[in-house]
Amino acid sequence: MPTLSMLLVVSAALFCIGLLAALSRRHAIFILIGIEMMLAAANLNFIAFWRFAPQPAQPIGIMVAIFAIAIAAAEAAVGLAMVIAVYRHFRSTNVDQLDRLKG
Amino acid sequence: MSTVAFAAIAILTLAAALAAATLQKLMHAALSFAVMFVGISAFFFLFGAEFVGLVQIFVYIGAVAVLIVFTILLTRHDVGKVRSFNWGGVVVAVAVFGGLVWAISKTKLTSAAPQHVEPITVQRIGELLMTNYVWPLQCVGVLLTAALIGALILVMEEKS
Repeated sequence: MPTLSMLLVVSAALFCIGLLAALSRRHAIFILIGIEMMLAAANLNFIAFWRFAPQPAQPIGIMVAIFAIAIAAAEAAVGLAMVIAVYRHFRSTNVDQLDRLKG
Repeated sequence: MSTVAFAAIAILTLAAALAAATLQKLMHAALSFAVMFVGISAFFFLFGAEFVGLVQIFVYIGAVAVLIVFTILLTRHDVGKVRSFNWGGVVVAVAVFGGLVWAISKTKLTSAAPQHVEPITVQRIGELLMTNYVWPLQCVGVLLTAALIGALILVMEEKS
């Protein structure tokens, strides 16, 4: 039987892999992939805490997870549109080269 | 909810996530990303949140993964010989993981098995969305409309 802490450790590992992708890759699409991974890990936690709650009859965790998925989808759409816009401008999606605002 | 299924899904999900984070080719990473969301949906099915699992598959594999693949196809020319990996990120990620595992192990969590609940039907979710959660639902609708319009404006050709 999986316990709550096992699920939380899996979710933490997923979050950290997302953090790794967001921090260490230089390609904008990889950064978006990492952010999506972190959001998915948060959703996993919502479902875990809902399922292991003393009274899981109220589906609060499910509702929060559904809204989080909708917001993540909106974020992905706008983020990828920004990647395309940036690519059109700079002919590159390497975030190291996007330093025009640097003082 | 067997431990074997849990372990198999966890290994699949984490391996796919690691592949998505570290593979050099963008297209392979995007496909691993889709596999990772299959694993997360399997978690949701395992824990009795079937509707969320289905929504996850529809939204992420049906829409977001396809969107990512399209973006890669539209921007892929400079997949570069540039320095593409930063080891500082690895250090930070490992440190955060260590901190989280430490916090989880220090917290008194319930070790009880999850209680048996009657499955949450789609009808129940729909009724809740139309009664208790109607304001969040409207806000998400406005947000999605704004995101749609914003994405369109961002990628519109600039008139020079």
